[in-house]
Amino acid sequence: MPEQSWHEIVRNVLKRHNVSLVTYVPDNVLRPLIDGVHADPFFTAFACTREEEALGINAGAWMGGTRGILLMQTSGFATLPNVLASLSVPFQIPTLMMVSERGTLGEFNIGQSLVARTMRPVLDALAIEHHTMTRLDEAQFIVDRSITQAVATRAPVCFILSPLLTGGKVFAK
Amino acid sequence: MASLLNHPVSRDQAKVMNRFDITKRLVDLLHQDEAVIGGIGYTNFDLWAASSGPNGRRQQNFYMLGSMGLAVPIALGVALAQPVRKVFALEGDGSILMQLGSLSTVAARAQKNLCVVIMDNGAYQITGGQMTMTGQGADVVGIARASGLAQSAWAADEEAFAELIRLALKEDGPWLIGCRIDAGKPVDTTERDPSRIRDNFMRGLGVKG
Ligand SMILES: Cc1ncc(C[n+]2csc(CCOP(=O)(O)OP(=O)(O)O)c2C)c(N)n1
Repeated sequence: MPEQSWHEIVRNVLKRHNVSLVTYVPDNVLRPLIDGVHADPFFTAFACTREEEALGINAGAWMGGTRGILLMQTSGFATLPNVLASLSVPFQIPTLMMVSERGTLGEFNIGQSLVARTMRPVLDALAIEHHTMTRLDEAQFIVDRSITQAVATRAPVCFILSPLLTGGKVFAK
Repeated sequence: MASLLNHPVSRDQAKVMNRFDITKRLVDLLHQDEAVIGGIGYTNFDLWAASSGPNGRRQQNFYMLGSMGLAVPIALGVALAQPVRKVFALEGDGSILMQLGSLSTVAARAQKNLCVVIMDNGAYQITGGQMTMTGQGADVVGIARASGLAQSAWAADEEAFAELIRLALKEDGPWLIGCRIDAGKPVDTTERDPSRIRDNFMRGLGVKG
């Protein structure tokens, strides 16, 4: 059997956990995952105008009985601290987040490299569980176990997709 | 939609009403199982106040304690998850101006079971009454229409408000109702206990957390 790509692994784990709503503000690295969920009728997938908005939609959906995940870029995560601190964490809503990591391992845009430095300190300050995914052979375990934990403990979780896993975005000369 | 033609075309033609009074009218028109999301600011205080009755407080309400601007997204999420339940978002003008993109998302989803009610006092009332842009020319109903929400209307007065709510309860949305309101203080203060609010709301929707 040919080895599965990271986005096929993620898509399959989401299905297994009945995470059927996928909201996102797009990013190039996320494209195969976004295309994959759009192509699969199991998922309801759509772009939102802001990451905060997408987080709110997923929070409402979860309270209504539907599990969702929010896909975004590092710069998008940087718009979320207020709503994580005032909605997800205090209301005990298991906000699932997947961030395509820009700003490191060959970044060409200084703005991306600066904003990326705010991500882990924000997650740590709010004591939000986060995992940096670097290896294909760990991808399934990390996402599978962490979704179980997020739901069981009613806490957000953030998956950071390292360029080591995805290849990242390469500088176009 | 022809029924919307008799509503005022712009904000300045709508009667200035009272937030508690129209929130109470809304709650009284609900059957029982509709979900209502109260945005940050005094909107959710008056929802809290209007929702207490002889049999306790209605359970299908969610009260935001922060996350300014997210009443419409949260309501959209509930509406997506429970397509047979009618869902109302009550939001202030200052708050909706912060998340105008959410109106186009609602329009793009064509979310049938969703109704947005904007409490437009032209001010950030809870933070001291500073002017918002709706007091300076922005028309939220016009913005909503231009965002793709064709079924958007100003409530001419209390009677027209009730008529619009009845319409939203009966017919497919998405709906947006603009309400001009006065600077009256809210009647009560929401209890700030987020996990309890969330738990109550989910039980009210029949969802196990
Ligand atoms: C992101 C963010 N910015 C600012 C605030 C401070 N704040 C809380 S309520 C509010 C005003 C809300 O105005 P509006 O939605 O018009 O409601 P009203 O107070 O008039 O009922 C502001 C500015 C906040 N909580 N969050």
